Amino acid sequence: MDVEVLDLPAPAVAVPGATGSVSVALVGSGGAGSMRAGEILLEAAAEAGLFGLMTRAMGPQIRGGEAAALLRIATTPVSSPDDHLDLLVALDWSNFVSFAAEIPLGPDSLVLADPAEGDAPGAVRASGARLLALPLKQLLRTVPGGHGNMIGLGAAATLIGLDAAVILRVLRHQLGRKGEAVLAANAASLSLGAEAMAAEPPLCRLATSDGAARWTISGNQATGLGALQAGVRFVAAYPITPATEVLEWLAPALAETGGVLVQAEDELAAINMTIGASFAGTPSLTATSGPGLALMVEALGLAVASEMPLVVVDVMRGGPSTGIPTKSEQTDLNIAVYGLHGDAPHLVLAPNSIADCLFTTHWAVTLAEQLQTPALVLSDQALGQSRAVIAPPAPLPQAAARLTAAPQEGGYLRYALTESGVSPMAIPGTPGGAYVADGLEHSERGTPSAQAAAHHAQLDKRAHKLALHDFAPHWADIEGEGEIGLLTWGSVTGAAREAAARARARGIRVRLISLRLLLPAQPSHMAAALAGLRGVLVVEQSHGRQFHKYLRSHYDLPPAVSVLSRPGPLPIRPAEILDQLLAWE
Amino acid sequence: MDVCPSLTAQDFKSGVKPIWCPGCGDYSVLTALTKAFAELNQPRESFALISGIGCSSRLPAYTSVYGLHGLHGRALAVATGVKLARPDLTVIAAGGDGDGLSIGGNHFLHACRRNVDLTYILMDNQVYGMTKGQASPTTDPDWRDSKLTPEGTGISPVAPLHLALASGVSFFARGFAGNPNELARLIVAAVRHPGFAIVHVLSPCVTFRPEQREWKNAVHQTDAEPSDTPEHALARFATDDGFTTGILFADNRPAFMPPRHERMSPAAIARRFGTGA
Repeated sequence: MDVEVLDLPAPAVAVPGATGSVSVALVGSGGAGSMRAGEILLEAAAEAGLFGLMTRAMGPQIRGGEAAALLRIATTPVSSPDDHLDLLVALDWSNFVSFAAEIPLGPDSLVLADPAEGDAPGAVRASGARLLALPLKQLLRTVPGGHGNMIGLGAAATLIGLDAAVILRVLRHQLGRKGEAVLAANAASLSLGAEAMAAEPPLCRLATSDGAARWTISGNQATGLGALQAGVRFVAAYPITPATEVLEWLAPALAETGGVLVQAEDELAAINMTIGASFAGTPSLTATSGPGLALMVEALGLAVASEMPLVVVDVMRGGPSTGIPTKSEQTDLNIAVYGLHGDAPHLVLAPNSIADCLFTTHWAVTLAEQLQTPALVLSDQALGQSRAVIAPPAPLPQAAARLTAAPQEGGYLRYALTESGVSPMAIPGTPGGAYVADGLEHSERGTPSAQAAAHHAQLDKRAHKLALHDFAPHWADIEGEGEIGLLTWGSVTGAAREAAARARARGIRVRLISLRLLLPAQPSHMAAALAGLRGVLVVEQSHGRQFHKYLRSHYDLPPAVSVLSRPGPLPIRPAEILDQLLAWE
Repeated sequence: MDVCPSLTAQDFKSGVKPIWCPGCGDYSVLTALTKAFAELNQPRESFALISGIGCSSRLPAYTSVYGLHGLHGRALAVATGVKLARPDLTVIAAGGDGDGLSIGGNHFLHACRRNVDLTYILMDNQVYGMTKGQASPTTDPDWRDSKLTPEGTGISPVAPLHLALASGVSFFARGFAGNPNELARLIVAAVRHPGFAIVHVLSPCVTFRPEQREWKNAVHQTDAEPSDTPEHALARFATDDGFTTGILFADNRPAFMPPRHERMSPAAIARRFGTGA
């Protein structure tokens, strides 16, 4: 726990040593219930009016294998995992070594483990963390039908000062249908864990405010909700980790709102189905990850050429090829920006927090519909599969409707050259509006044409409609003033945001610039955002410095540029960014 | 959509001059299709004609209905999206043997098993014409006239009928470009069939397969009732020469359409993420 964690008002608590946030991990082999316990703890934080973030570390196994729930609970919104854990609860040590690098322990960490599980792994002992016995097996013998993960949860809640009554309330809500006996066994397990820690001084006590409205939502759910609220009523997709939860959330939600979700035979079918549905007038979306995006690139070109509104959500994972499906990386930037053949202006957007998945996906649908072109949304595993407790989001703006053509008496020009570059689109069923949407270059009428004049005119049209649109103020989040800039995008923004706050707490003035719109590039907006900076630190999660190269190719950067770029799967921590900022001072 | 009963086949032509070679079977398919449109007696804007890439996939531009000329092999996927989004439209996909059975082969078999209410006009000339004469999935293994496979392909052709039956197609007719009136009748029957309906058209390529001019002597119409189970059809056509025309198979399976309800608003769904929800 770093007392400089957040540059926000100190929490109103009376306990000595209390700070704004606490980080807790629950680990165990698959089936031990560490994820379940983590979810209950997160939900309890929401019930208590706190904020939180839960990331997960998982192996590739379908069932079994290792699993860790990594939580940070705070009195103010959480933008990133912390540098170190305050508390680790090990339900067992099996397979721990395979993800030990993702469990940041230090001398200030406390580790609870059952001595019956044997010695703690070397990485744990080497960290200098304080070890404390929690005899799970022995305690379990005293509760018929008890659960080790609930004992661990009870212990953790006691140590972080979270009221047991809140956890019981969440349990009752989630397990109520299973009957009183099940609930009683879980409650008894919780109490055992709490009692085992009764003699320990609490690590902290978070100021709770019961009744404050909170949302608990994952990035993938927020993405689905943003699409739904923007009017998407057709989704076709092929299952792929880590994007599947977008689809699993949308399937029933679409069915309840008059929409349709189709499980396609492959990603080629998925995106072509969405093109068909969009042609037919329905705002449409597909969601995938890197390998699926690679298969969809040809169809994205068709959507550009035929001016078809469409959204593709790419929940990025480690690449190339099958890569690391369960872990995060920001390495689909190149394919998203440069992957299409021909001159193919399109939209690329990226949410920079779990809550922002809602806004950015909504904005992507709006822009795609307005500008009649495909929009890619680059989310990633760290956003998509993490859950956050957030303040209820602000109402979203009214989604802009597509410019459609009224019934025609003849002479309809689907690709008419207009001032804005956007031309009215006739939806099948509109009398007199029949035309052929074509990937072949075409005349204003839509008839195939290989002539230079038609090609140049349509290339200009498709470029102009994006160039003329005003993407302010949402193109980037710009926070703070100073001479040093932090230039970043996507999920890494969370750690950068916290690093900037810590720097400010030390008197270093930092301006954070997080790009939400990556394509089309916004050189004049960027010039204004960079004005007065003597240097920028570029932060990204890739091996090939894709974002840095993207910035170099589209923008004039200040004279001094430093790059903090590391591939996945390990997250970039706030302290690493802060160290780089301090090195600049 | 106002019903306009006076439209003729000619009204369904766009007037755009086809890129096809003189004598191409696809001209007759265009004629048959526009006759079918007129016979179906629906307004122009109620049709969507979807195609991929290839000579025959140029079809939409030559008609006056809504069309989408998309990517090589993907016509059935696009058509599926159109129909599921807008069940009120009459959706027809069209394309060639390479488009539908090679690069689009996966969509072919899944369109059969998904059984969305679509019509698929598969124009088969056993050759890639647009790229100037290469073997297609329906080309015989000993055809040696391609510079790509000068010794022949050496691999067995696909039989569209058998592939479709094995994949769960709901309706299969075979027609011949040389008989556009009969072909128009088959297209109308396919459109009226509720479910995924294939019209397999033997459509000669006189440029790269001039021997196909002889198809007019090979085709033979069946007067038998269509088979109504795949087992019956597979047995009946086990030794089919590929030139039997007519409606060969039709079942009465219900077409696939996902259920639609409109009981909730997105805002109400959003509230489920709140505490105490």
